[in-house]
Amino acid sequence: MTADRMVGMFGGGSGEFTPPVQSPTALEAIGLAKRYRGMWALRDCSLSVPAGRVVALVGPNGAGKSTFLHLVAGLIAPTRGSVRVFGEPVGQRAAALARVAFLAQDKPLYDGFTVAEMLRFGHHLNPGWDDALARQRLAELDIPLNRKVGKLSGGQQAQVALSVAVAKRPDLLVMDEPLANLDPVARHDVMRSLMAAVAETQMTVVLSSHVVSDLTNACDWLVVLNRGQVQISGEVDELLATHRMLSGPAELADGVAARMPVISDSRSERQADLLARTGPGTPLHDPRWSSSGVNLEELVLAYLRRPDTTSLPRPTLTIS
Amino acid sequence: MIKLRLDPSSGVATYLQLVHQVKHALRLGVLMPGDRLPTIKEVVSDLAINPNTVAKAYRELEREGLVVGRPGLGTFVQRSLGGGSMADHTRFRSDLARWVHGCREAGLDQEDMEALFTSVLTDSLREETA
Repeated sequence: MTADRMVGMFGGGSGEFTPPVQSPTALEAIGLAKRYRGMWALRDCSLSVPAGRVVALVGPNGAGKSTFLHLVAGLIAPTRGSVRVFGEPVGQRAAALARVAFLAQDKPLYDGFTVAEMLRFGHHLNPGWDDALARQRLAELDIPLNRKVGKLSGGQQAQVALSVAVAKRPDLLVMDEPLANLDPVARHDVMRSLMAAVAETQMTVVLSSHVVSDLTNACDWLVVLNRGQVQISGEVDELLATHRMLSGPAELADGVAARMPVISDSRSERQADLLARTGPGTPLHDPRWSSSGVNLEELVLAYLRRPDTTSLPRPTLTIS
Repeated sequence: MIKLRLDPSSGVATYLQLVHQVKHALRLGVLMPGDRLPTIKEVVSDLAINPNTVAKAYRELEREGLVVGRPGLGTFVQRSLGGGSMADHTRFRSDLARWVHGCREAGLDQEDMEALFTSVLTDSLREETA
């Protein structure tokens, strides 16, 4: 953690909540693609995520989420394209790997180890290990250090795995389906504990899930992968602010649909409900139409059903 | 120290819900000048929400001059909200309690009372601006 990143988030300035100033880019993929035995798991993925974000990576099974995360963590090499973490190409220098922690879907724990042994193992493997942080987190969660990992509940195992990952003090934490196989209480507990770690360390997090509702308030950046391609990448608040559900007479729907991108279009004989991306230049003055906000889940579902539509920031020139 | 909550079905943005709750506590005197708000870490480890959301809410409260952040110490209430003295508040509260009691005896339910109160409030505001 460098001083300028601390200041960029909550530290410095007038209080503990100074707005982010010019966050550096945490994650950047350019034309990223991966082929397994003739099948493209990921095709031409380009995206850029600023530092300090908690990114929800969502998409149906087989959309390429795990492949993408493994590429980000440097565990596999791309067939084409490149991925950079804090400006460093992944997989080429040990220094870049030390800044990334990866939590695989099958929790990387040894059942026969006690929790304390798991921490010692983590300490041994990671030069920047923060033992005090790991112990403090586990104490707050009432997880006994002398218990064998195999004897812990699923939720506690997830917490131990998360604590080991956080104690590495990564700048980027990558988690593949961290909430899968957990009951609702454990899911909430893991997210609470993850958010506390983010508040404490200001790290960037990318986590995948196919349950959008678990991520609604925790994530402030959304990436939707579908059929191996990036369908959405953007700030959650901005995505919600620029998408509206428009309801009005069916006979006028074509006219409205011609003026703005429509993501979902459901019509009955009289009424049409259009989920549309509304820019500042496309207000709806006709009083016969009503407009209401959408939630993250509705937004994601609408896009997933229309794999040909995208919501991506306009391409910017990158100087490399 | 107040405990912040969320209503997932309200449709109100999360940061605004936090802002409204702090203001509500300021109006009712639950929060007083000098009181410390929960830290960002305390709020997020309670509600499982993004720290940036809490930071945004606190920034908004600071912009309105209601709280001030002191680095390393926390966020503190700067001034309270709402007119009238504490004594006035106590008096009006007991007046209102008596009114609610009367309504109940006459068979009005909560929605009836809310509708009545809102309509009187609206009328009074309209007279003021007329």
